[in-house]
Amino acid sequence: MTTHTEHQAQQGREPLDVNTPGLSQFDIVREGARRDDIEIVHYEPQVAPGSKAERRLTRTVASFFLLTGLAATAFLVVYIWWPWEYHAGSGGDKWYTPLLGVTLGVALLGIGFGILTWGKKLLPKEVSIQDRHEGAVASDDRIITGQTMLYMADELGVKRRPLLGISLLAGLAPVGAVAAAPLVGGLISQPHKNNQMFTTGFAPAEGGQKVRLVREDGRPVRPADVSTGGQITVFPGIDHGVSNLHADSPTLLIHLRDSDAQESRRANERVGHGDYMWGNYAAYSKICTHAGCPASLYEQQTNRLLCPCHQSQFLITDNARPIFGPASRRLPQLPIEVDSEGYFVAKSDYTETVGPDFWERP
Amino acid sequence: MKRRKFDKAAVPGNVARGVDDRFQVATPLRRLLNKVFPDHWSFLLGEIALFSFVILLLTGVFLTFFYEPAMTEVVYNGSYAPLRGTPMSAAYASSLDISFDVRGGLIMRQMHHWSALLFMAAIVVHMLRVFFTGAFRKPRETNWIIGSLLFWVGFLAGFTGYSLPDDGLSGTGLRIASAIMLSIPVIGSWVTSSIFGGEFPGTIIISRFYIAHVLLVPGLLLALIGAHLGLVFKQKHTQWPGPGRTNGNVVGERMFPRYAIKQGGFFMVVFGVIALMGGLFQINPIWLFGPYEAWVVSAASQPDWYVMFLDGSTRLMPAWEINIPIGDGYVIPPLFWPTVVLPGILVGLSTLYPFLEARRLKDTRSHNLLQRPRDVPARTGLGAMAVTFFIVLTLSGANDVIADKFQISLNAMTWAGRIGLLVLPPLAYYVTYRICLGLQQHDREVLAHGVETGIIRRLPDGRFEEVHQPLAAADGHGDGHGALPYAGWVVPKKMNRLGALGPAIRGFFYPIEKPAEAPVSPGHPPVEPRPEREEIGSGESRR
Repeated sequence: MTTHTEHQAQQGREPLDVNTPGLSQFDIVREGARRDDIEIVHYEPQVAPGSKAERRLTRTVASFFLLTGLAATAFLVVYIWWPWEYHAGSGGDKWYTPLLGVTLGVALLGIGFGILTWGKKLLPKEVSIQDRHEGAVASDDRIITGQTMLYMADELGVKRRPLLGISLLAGLAPVGAVAAAPLVGGLISQPHKNNQMFTTGFAPAEGGQKVRLVREDGRPVRPADVSTGGQITVFPGIDHGVSNLHADSPTLLIHLRDSDAQESRRANERVGHGDYMWGNYAAYSKICTHAGCPASLYEQQTNRLLCPCHQSQFLITDNARPIFGPASRRLPQLPIEVDSEGYFVAKSDYTETVGPDFWERP
Repeated sequence: MKRRKFDKAAVPGNVARGVDDRFQVATPLRRLLNKVFPDHWSFLLGEIALFSFVILLLTGVFLTFFYEPAMTEVVYNGSYAPLRGTPMSAAYASSLDISFDVRGGLIMRQMHHWSALLFMAAIVVHMLRVFFTGAFRKPRETNWIIGSLLFWVGFLAGFTGYSLPDDGLSGTGLRIASAIMLSIPVIGSWVTSSIFGGEFPGTIIISRFYIAHVLLVPGLLLALIGAHLGLVFKQKHTQWPGPGRTNGNVVGERMFPRYAIKQGGFFMVVFGVIALMGGLFQINPIWLFGPYEAWVVSAASQPDWYVMFLDGSTRLMPAWEINIPIGDGYVIPPLFWPTVVLPGILVGLSTLYPFLEARRLKDTRSHNLLQRPRDVPARTGLGAMAVTFFIVLTLSGANDVIADKFQISLNAMTWAGRIGLLVLPPLAYYVTYRICLGLQQHDREVLAHGVETGIIRRLPDGRFEEVHQPLAAADGHGDGHGALPYAGWVVPKKMNRLGALGPAIRGFFYPIEKPAEAPVSPGHPPVEPRPEREEIGSGESRR
């Protein structure tokens, strides 16, 4: 409790005249602190000046800074002369970034530890107490400020002339909206333009031309291209059909085994998708109905399709019904057939909305 | 005219006088230099966040010189052979260039990413410190709100930055974000199409995110950080209770030179650690993920750690779809609850907590002294509950990786998460509450009976008893000592904290000083405390 009593003893003392001759620098510093309601109650050097300990600490700090110099120079040398251009394999360029990191890190840590040792070990330790003046604004001041503000408001006379206030508010509110309008208005984009939320790249072209199912490289797909139990990702055979412009279109074309195909066909008939499959082939949207990730992990044995983002699982033989995880809606099925040239085409666009759910989805 | 001799020694004084004549800064400057800061290691947590933010700005400026925020399709022709000839967005191509074809670009990218992770981590740990010690109480509620906002704005900064490289992983994250926006009832499709400028992904989202990431969000962060620090400065730090420390003062060091020097040194240490991490630990190797394509994703697609709890909540949500049979029919998808409603509740609860607690305790006083977590078991329990909730969600965000590595069924992991989310937080509350009470009781016990010495004494009648070293002097009641009041601060529980065992031996390979002769028998005269621990420290100066 010594510190506290000493501090209390300082309350109500006369300010020191700093022009008094014979005052030490520290006396003036302490007086300055006192004028800010700070009492330096304890101030002592950690190491005696000129002592062995001080010399040792000085050497430590100096060596930290010298280490920094060395490491920073090494950083520059590495940065300029080390072979940095990427080559396949395991060449020296693989060491470029790690070497930069080590040299830069050591250089910065050297400064850091140097400064820390300097500050923590060499500088005198002190304990000071500063008053907080919690709620110290005199209640008089509060009253004066409050009344000043109220007086200003009265001067404006809105109280006596309410129409001024009302008309000002009524006039200003739309001005605020004017400020926001260009930004918001510029951003707003009608989501139902061209029926974009409900169509995909498989929608037949203007002349009723059915869209082919193509691979990643644009080649159309024949039934023989997918082995039994296998699956491939197909895209609409239109311009940019494979690109992200048609992010909702990627479709999984699955060649089911005989027994699975029968089961699948029965399930299709139950939901009115009787003619959606072609032979043992079924096509389902690859875009998860939950959050839009491509559901792409297909387990051949159980005919389950798993989305790796949130683990929704769909049972392909039951119309891609969600059987586990957060997805609540089946993957939409694409009705397919084979055209006269023997390539897969979409009979029509998806008959359900593809991709994640939204409010207006019918 | 005789030229006056130039007096070098008088220059600083003259300059200072000149400046003060014009700007009158002497008094405020002295006030600033003299400002007293209390010190405790845990106060550095917030500073780690601040320093990481500075490093984020520094490295971020470097990256803007080479990054191209455009989704125009280009064919990659850079140094990374496996992707040569692949069509990709200009944004992804320039991110690859930063990694491979800009000298020192990879380390800058990695330092930027590591410091972003550290920034968020430091914010969270700092918030926990503030929460568990009650530093958010009046008058600091505003700063608590600003602090929670900083977390969510930092979250936004992180997410917009994460999306910029337009690689396979970040594109998937963006797709999920668009689905989250879509799931909002009534306005969802309008929000999404307005932000993406049409259907996902469109062609402008990257340039929009870019301007948000380099201008809007950092500007907001800077403003909030400025307000946060300004308030800390104005209201002064909190401090732990202790001898001489009251609600009305600040005990510590003046800002200059020692405190400021320690801060400067610590900044360099944080910088150095981030440089080491950026150089040595690979992060976000976008060249392995490939460009974003809507039909490609791999298993173990995880977001950065601070987003993982939302990914976890999404995975645990059951498939509950709400259909509203009006007109053509409307729907609220299950995605809405864990990704829009849950964060909304989290923001609201955490932001308003200071007011909820003050209201419950009918507490309108100002508090500048911290509380030990054990002394406020209900709040500590709530905190433990929140942390448990967060950890269950975060682990669930990686439940596929856990299932794979530990050979557990994935569906079992999901169910474990669902059950754990409901059962574990209340359990954590109960256990924490009991632990707090136990610790409180032990503190009181030591204050009343003294520190266990480990010395067993056999009494003449054959009984054994342990000798306790009392903390208080004899109080004249005859039987030794009186109980000390609890002062809200650490109670010494080991003999060497009382100075009874002498100072700990220093030196790494061999002791550089002789251990003090430690009196072990309770019959010895009272022990002198160690001189350098006399001032502000732990319990012994309370004697």
